[in-house]
Amino acid sequence: MPQEADLFTRSESQDILNFKIDLLSRHHKSDSLIPLLQSAQDSYGYIPEKIIYYISELVGIPPAEIYGVITFYAQFRLKPLGKNIIKICQGTACHVNGSKNVLSALQDELGISIGETTEEGIFSLESVACLGCCSLAPVMMINNETFGNLTSEKIKLTLRKFRT
Amino acid sequence: MKKIKVGLGTCGISAGGKLVFDKFKEELYSKNLDYQLCETGCMGMCYEEVLVELELDNESFLYSKVTVDKVGRIISEHLQNNHPIDDWLVKSKGVSRQDDFLNKQTRVVLRNCGIIDPSSIDEYISENGYEAIKKVLSSYSPQKVIDEVTKSGLRGRGGGGFPTGLKWKLAHNEISDTKYIICNADEGDPGAFMDRSVLEGDPHSVLEGMMIAAYAIGASEGFIYARAEYPLAIKRLRTALSQCMAKGLLGKNILGSDFSLNIKIKEGAGAFVCGEETALMSSIEGKRGVPKLRPPFPTQKGLWGKPTTINNVETYANIPWIILNGYEKFASMGTEKSKGSKVFALAGKIKRTGLVEVPMGITINEIVYDVGGGIKKDKKFKAVQIGGPSGGCIPASMGELKIDYEEITRTGAIMGSGGLIVIDETTCMVDFAKFFLNFTQKESCGKCTFCRIGTKRMLEILERITEGNGKQGDLELLEDLALKVKCSSLCGLGQTAPNPVLTTLKYFRDEYETHIFQKKCPAHSCSSLVTYRIIDELCKGCTLCIKSCPSGAVTGRKKEVHKINYDLCIKCGKCYDACRLGAIEKI
Ligand SMILES: Cc1cc2nc3c(=O)[nH]c(=O)nc-3n(C[C@H](O)[C@H](O)[C@H](O)COP(=O)(O)O)c2cc1C
Ligand code: FES
Repeated sequence: MPQEADLFTRSESQDILNFKIDLLSRHHKSDSLIPLLQSAQDSYGYIPEKIIYYISELVGIPPAEIYGVITFYAQFRLKPLGKNIIKICQGTACHVNGSKNVLSALQDELGISIGETTEEGIFSLESVACLGCCSLAPVMMINNETFGNLTSEKIKLTLRKFRT
Repeated sequence: MKKIKVGLGTCGISAGGKLVFDKFKEELYSKNLDYQLCETGCMGMCYEEVLVELELDNESFLYSKVTVDKVGRIISEHLQNNHPIDDWLVKSKGVSRQDDFLNKQTRVVLRNCGIIDPSSIDEYISENGYEAIKKVLSSYSPQKVIDEVTKSGLRGRGGGGFPTGLKWKLAHNEISDTKYIICNADEGDPGAFMDRSVLEGDPHSVLEGMMIAAYAIGASEGFIYARAEYPLAIKRLRTALSQCMAKGLLGKNILGSDFSLNIKIKEGAGAFVCGEETALMSSIEGKRGVPKLRPPFPTQKGLWGKPTTINNVETYANIPWIILNGYEKFASMGTEKSKGSKVFALAGKIKRTGLVEVPMGITINEIVYDVGGGIKKDKKFKAVQIGGPSGGCIPASMGELKIDYEEITRTGAIMGSGGLIVIDETTCMVDFAKFFLNFTQKESCGKCTFCRIGTKRMLEILERITEGNGKQGDLELLEDLALKVKCSSLCGLGQTAPNPVLTTLKYFRDEYETHIFQKKCPAHSCSSLVTYRIIDELCKGCTLCIKSCPSGAVTGRKKEVHKINYDLCIKCGKCYDACRLGAIEKI
């Protein structure tokens, strides 16, 4: 197993330290696994492989099992994402209000499909089930901003804002 | 005090509520006006967002569809010159454009949503907040709490409808040094936002409900398992928790009693099956969220093997109200076996989408037409989908059906957690069933073979039907598979996944048959089965459709009737969307 010092730069180990403090205050070690993965993803934008090994040592769960947990939950990513994350809602209300057409317009416009990142790394496209603003269906979210009542036209205009 | 309240739930924010809020702040400051500007949760009328309520000398004025541009006029005409702008008001003493939307509702769970500032514990307290826990700690035994809840007839609002009092009694009777209490805020139904709105609009009511439950069963540690896609709800919960700690409402020896409770928030990580109680507990423990066989039930062996009660957000929000108003009052609402009220997230092809709370026993037609205002663009009401991916479609012909756990189950759907999607004639029922099955198929945890592979095979059949490749025997095969998936799955996900297919087969079988035998989609929604045609009399030759066609299938000269070359047409429908004259039809 590689040593901690080999794996991380100084500022990175600072981030890790924060997890550790969180970890020590709990009496069940294993229940820290998901919060640890969540904070790792917050710091890096995805979960780098080296982190899996590191967390494995902290919580005493084999890396393979951690990998199993990561791939089970839709939230976790093993690859870095683009600068802007587009989440297009595929929930029921959006489906009924034509999210299929909106999605195809979005894919045409970006040239990528769900789960992919554009070549220049500006956009990543993900789908989610219900963003909780069904009254504005169809809806998408770019980073933390929601855009509702979408049409193909509106998508073009919105994306232009983020391209510059 | 003169107050200006801006509705800032996720819905309000999405519609631009923050910008309106900031504009008010700026204008009030620059004009040097003394009003208290505050945030509030979802007022329910999501279709009228952004909503702003002015509370002036005991009179309230509710403005709808407020934009940044309207703020200036509201301030100068109404606040400074006392001339309310009637055209923009939805509700005030003199005007009410939304009578039915509000009159048919009863507010128990949503009693404070859209009224108080959710980030202020003092506002919650001023609405009798934390009076129920005080009453319980000073004069109720745990047994008495359980009796009250049992007699109220409250049933779990998370979908299953299990009697809450009975669940608490079972956990109370277990002997253990440690017990846990969990609030299920995973709300995974794609098209439902009741729990989110309650957590965003009135987090303290949920915490108070949890405290009472913990006292009743004897737990001193609690968890709220919240969906990660709900950052605002989580933020407001965090604020509420720390306010409770500061006021001695959580922690050791609450309000001087010997009852102690700590509550922690656990963020989910995006898996629908984690809404299922045993999977949820595995997830809290840090594992893959895979359900377990019951019994043992969570009340016997739950989190870390200890007795645990798990209830839904809405269930908890009912509790303080029941304690303060008495079980009789709660039990006086509703039907024989379904008491109280239910919150629904009304969405789809309906005029007024939003969050509504109606008494149990109300009919579907009353919800669709009176509360919801009818179908968008006055199209034909076709069905409601209730219960999300585990639920089913109830046709418009059964609109007089009462909202009641048993009545709904009898149709093949389930009450579910409160998603109510209204659909009109343009939604294809086969496609709709496929939509839900696609969802559950992807979300199956993979433990049970039939749930994992059976749903996949069912999905393939639905796919070929909607693509025009359905064949004789497909429907029988679907039904056979559906029943097998139902009876050989361990948890509710697999047991209910076929419901959307079975209910549409039951009520809309002819639509499936038209797809298979006539290769047509009656709703003109399945793209492979639609043919586009230009109506010569209406086409003015504007070339918009030609420009929109990606495959060069539409041709023609300017000012001449255009033509579609069916050998090149890929049926994408772009020409149909592009035409402004309605000169292209689907057949
Ligand atoms: C697949 C599946 C998903 C579920 N999702 C939720 C959910 O999102 N929220 C919820 O409160 N209950 C959900 N439930 C129901 C829970 O298992 C459990 O019955 C409920 O939280 C109990 O609370 P209650 O008695 O207050 O309804 C789900 C069940 C299944 C089978
Ligand atoms: S279904 Fe898209 S926001 Fe709810």
